[in-house]
Amino acid sequence: MGMTLTEKLLAAHCGRDSVRPGEIVNAALDLVICHEVTTPPAVEMLEKLGITKVWDPSKILVTPDHFVPAKDLRSAELASALRAWREAQGITRYYEVGNHGICHALAPEQGHVLPGQTIVCGDSHTTTMGALGTFATGIGSTDLAAALATGELWFKVPETLRIDLAGRLPFGVYSKDLILALIARIGVDGARYMAMEYGGPGLAGLSMEARFTLTNMAIEAGGKNGIMPADAVARAYVEERTDAPYTVFEADEDAAYAGRHALDLAALEPMVALPSLPSNGRFIGEVPPERMDQVYIGSCTNGRLEDLRIAASILKGNKVAPGTRAIVVPATTAVWKQALREGLLEIFTDAGCVVSTPTCGACLGGHMGVLGPGERCLSTTNRNFVGRMGSTKSLVYLASPATAAATAIAGVIADPRDYLAKPDLLDAGTDLVAAGADDCLWGV
Amino acid sequence: MTTILQGRAHVYGRAHINTDEIIPARYLNVHAEADLARHAMEDLDGAFVSKVQAGDFLFGGEDFGCGSSREHAVWALRGAGVKAVIAPSFARIFFRNAINNGFLALECAEATILAEPGDAVELDLAAGRLRNLTRNREAAFVPLTDFARDLLAAGGLLPYIQAKAPTVRTAAQAGA
Ligand code: SF4
Repeated sequence: MGMTLTEKLLAAHCGRDSVRPGEIVNAALDLVICHEVTTPPAVEMLEKLGITKVWDPSKILVTPDHFVPAKDLRSAELASALRAWREAQGITRYYEVGNHGICHALAPEQGHVLPGQTIVCGDSHTTTMGALGTFATGIGSTDLAAALATGELWFKVPETLRIDLAGRLPFGVYSKDLILALIARIGVDGARYMAMEYGGPGLAGLSMEARFTLTNMAIEAGGKNGIMPADAVARAYVEERTDAPYTVFEADEDAAYAGRHALDLAALEPMVALPSLPSNGRFIGEVPPERMDQVYIGSCTNGRLEDLRIAASILKGNKVAPGTRAIVVPATTAVWKQALREGLLEIFTDAGCVVSTPTCGACLGGHMGVLGPGERCLSTTNRNFVGRMGSTKSLVYLASPATAAATAIAGVIADPRDYLAKPDLLDAGTDLVAAGADDCLWGV
Repeated sequence: MTTILQGRAHVYGRAHINTDEIIPARYLNVHAEADLARHAMEDLDGAFVSKVQAGDFLFGGEDFGCGSSREHAVWALRGAGVKAVIAPSFARIFFRNAINNGFLALECAEATILAEPGDAVELDLAAGRLRNLTRNREAAFVPLTDFARDLLAAGGLLPYIQAKAPTVRTAAQAGA
């Protein structure tokens, strides 16, 4: 019997011809990513054991991202512990504040993620990087310590849930809407312990940045990893960034899947996940136009350049509604700089948004827009759990950057299709999205 | 490891209790167990830390521990004195973090109906059974895999690795 993409990758990394779901294997790791929240505890564990050297400094990437620049004294201590450790270990793939980014966006953007790799990070959204045909999964600090010391880690080979995509996204509908629709269908534990493998003809029409949003939120369905084949789009993305060699794996035709879901992209509409579970997704037409105190555009889910271009194309020439605050947080320094060059930051600030330096920020209730009691926020992040962005009495609604931008202008949850220029009316060269993004964004 | 444990039950039967509830992100700027313990379960039940005693059991609903990968969730519970979490099912990373720490996370289909808050419960690891001593009820939990057992017996992943491959440590220590 054949193997799924995840099974192929794990087999190759434990020196076996094949592996089966349920088996426990020890897999070699190609990249370990470290940020300031979960790494210092791992480093302390290693120090206690007298392990003073990591297994291979060249296979480790370090960036502070959660509370940067340091939000308080304790975060400063974590960041300086991270800094001192990476210096002592001679880890050169280091992105200091000023060059930093949310690790799941930064690592692929800077060419560190290659198809065929195994990647771990002490962070649940590590699944993001599977969009490049890698096995990437989140771990805790003990796992991280073991990974840093030995360069390998135990994994229970997951069953695979196959997601077959067909068609193209309609006007005003994005990959965030797709993943929210999928999670609404299968639930927050619909893929618990499983690999979520995306495939099918609908994939080809999605840009790389759009794809990262799909694998990013695999964890919101309980998935161990999200993965998709490294097709021409993925390979072009990688080769623009690095000339390092890599291996492309494919699922076998006769691979065994624990389940299959088919999604017709053309049938989707903008989605909003109501508080307080990511699976509470509704078509926007069914969502009451609740007033929003805050709109947040950013995170490892939707803080990439394409996301900012879409939001800016809606906010251009408009104003954020009185009574609503809009906060834009580019995911990485490179995104921030490019947004500056393209004039996006000016559009945001002219509209009355705050633009922050890259950080996880308010996504996890850290800083840069924490919610007070009774406040409502429409956010492009990935979790709307109780208290996730601040007060346990605040409410978080999840949606795409387009819906977020439309909502910022309206002050109430709004349908982005009422604010986007219709594709046939686009004046080529003047519209930001047409100028910068793939045509697939428009579904034309 | 002692195979019979006794403690009081704390019951939170809702499904999908997430790590933001177990230990809110606003406390992730520390990681000492004693510090985290003061805020265990804070966003679900602010009174939890005043009720919990060393050796108690926490009964949770399905998909317990979903959300972020923060091992702080396990540390906060353990720091607060919780000896084992028992739930019909666990989110993957929480379960992994628990056994990597030598902390008991047991799957039991009847977790949400076996006990009421405050009941005295006995956990028989060898027999794979939970007994509610207050109400005279009993339930089985899913036996741990051999691998998980080995990790628990070793006291967690790091001691396990060290015992299994002392060369790892020496190679790493000697490594240039
Ligand atoms: S942006 Fe939010 S979800 Fe992503 S890594 Fe940071 S805290 Fe986690």
